[in-house]
Amino acid sequence: MDLPTSDIHKQAVKSLDTTSLLTNAARQRDARNYASFPIVDVDCHHYENESISEIVKYIDDPVMKQMGMLYTGGGTGGQTPFNPGLVGYQDVAGRVTRYPLRKTETTPGDDKHRDVHLSLRWMDAMGVDYVCLFPTPMLSLGLHPQPEVEAGLAKAYNRWLLENITSKEERIKTMMYVPFSDPEAAYETVKEFGDHPDVIGFMIVSVRYHAVHSNAYMKTYALMEELGKPLGFHSNYNWNDRLVGNSNRFLVTHALGFTVYNAVHLCNWVVNAMPERFPKLKTVWIESGLAWIPWVMQRLDNDYKMRWSEAPSLKGLPSDYMREMYYTSQPMEMPDNMDVLKTTFDMINADDQLLWASDYPHWDMDVPSVIYDLPFLDERQKQKILGGNAIDLFNLDVSKRFPNYKPA
Amino acid sequence: MAKEILVGKASDFKEGDKKIVPNGKNSEIGVYLVHGNWYAYANLCPHQGGPACEGLLMAKVEEVIAEDKTYQGMRFNHDEMHIVCPWHGWEFDIADGQAVADRKWSLRKFEVEVRGEDVYVIA
Repeated sequence: MDLPTSDIHKQAVKSLDTTSLLTNAARQRDARNYASFPIVDVDCHHYENESISEIVKYIDDPVMKQMGMLYTGGGTGGQTPFNPGLVGYQDVAGRVTRYPLRKTETTPGDDKHRDVHLSLRWMDAMGVDYVCLFPTPMLSLGLHPQPEVEAGLAKAYNRWLLENITSKEERIKTMMYVPFSDPEAAYETVKEFGDHPDVIGFMIVSVRYHAVHSNAYMKTYALMEELGKPLGFHSNYNWNDRLVGNSNRFLVTHALGFTVYNAVHLCNWVVNAMPERFPKLKTVWIESGLAWIPWVMQRLDNDYKMRWSEAPSLKGLPSDYMREMYYTSQPMEMPDNMDVLKTTFDMINADDQLLWASDYPHWDMDVPSVIYDLPFLDERQKQKILGGNAIDLFNLDVSKRFPNYKPA
Repeated sequence: MAKEILVGKASDFKEGDKKIVPNGKNSEIGVYLVHGNWYAYANLCPHQGGPACEGLLMAKVEEVIAEDKTYQGMRFNHDEMHIVCPWHGWEFDIADGQAVADRKWSLRKFEVEVRGEDVYVIA
């Protein structure tokens, strides 16, 4: 097929083959002997919208289900009842070719879902053993004006995902989508799916305008804590946001949006002393990179010392609590001065708290070598960040692929 | 010691074409004919190791700023063509292989020799 490369030019390109595209990742895998230790990817994606006609069948509400069936059938002229519709072009106008070519990739017509085939292709190429799989367009669902739509679609997606994806492939796990717009539905989600073996935690999409410290969520957090599974906040961009979307370039709304939404939620989580209320509930901050964490640590500590009376339940500095949280690495900033990154690693106690993530197949994905090739890490630290920390956090059973695995 | 790799016949290339040839077992070189000049670069992005030469060849994008400093839109400048790595979109100037966003990064460059009809890259 041809892709337009300018207003007057086009270029012939081959159909997408993930294994071929990631040949150089496979070379890195072999050169660094990734097969010798487990690698866990805590944040990767599929495009659940490509399976939406399957997912809507799991919707409980008959009226919403009919609407979904109509939309996924003939459509109604470009509108959708489900996706709040984010403007953007993550693929840099086709430069990241796996986006426009995605539909050209073929998969076997067997009983394994296409998303399982595609996931295993890139996992094997990169040397990844286990993943936590998340949706893509649904990362905007927290902006939907109808809380019942987030709740209804999330429930359908969660059921579909467990039945058709994770139960068919033991290397694929998920942190269950929590429909946060509806506190009761959020609670019911944790109750219904919380003890499922493929559910390694819970995920709230961060792009939303709900207060994480609202009393309405306390029973949900308590249930998560009781289940012993972590809570992740997965960020996103939102060009419709009046502040972080106040730019004419996607670069800005992406660079700021992915960090600021998580920064706001994390600040509220800390100053409301949620770690004191739920001391055993572990939190994971997903897809905001790392550079924002030292910024927030310093800002919160500085203000806290002057305004202690506004956060009186804290028993230490905000940064003390932040050092006990978990962070996914991607998209990891690579400053020219490597001391900056090393300092960040020291500040967040990366040895124990940092979790490598690829975010594949999204445009700003990271391969495992972003961690493995860091000059200031030793082999033990690399293996912990690439897999060991996640195995501990999620209590993952890796015995099928690593029968003799022992924590580093 | 440098080795010569036969790329193919010069007449098989038309303006803007590229061919990726093996360079040993675990690497490749992308050979380009752009604006009548031959270029050859390692198919290995200095960012995260992506297959840069397997990506698109795209013209430089420029902002159009009027004399009164107002923004008037964007345009393509086909005089400067960029190799775009398909993994993350890093762009490299075809003329020297340097990353246009940060020119201390670059693709490894190779010499190209055309002898008669045959095109060789010196690796």
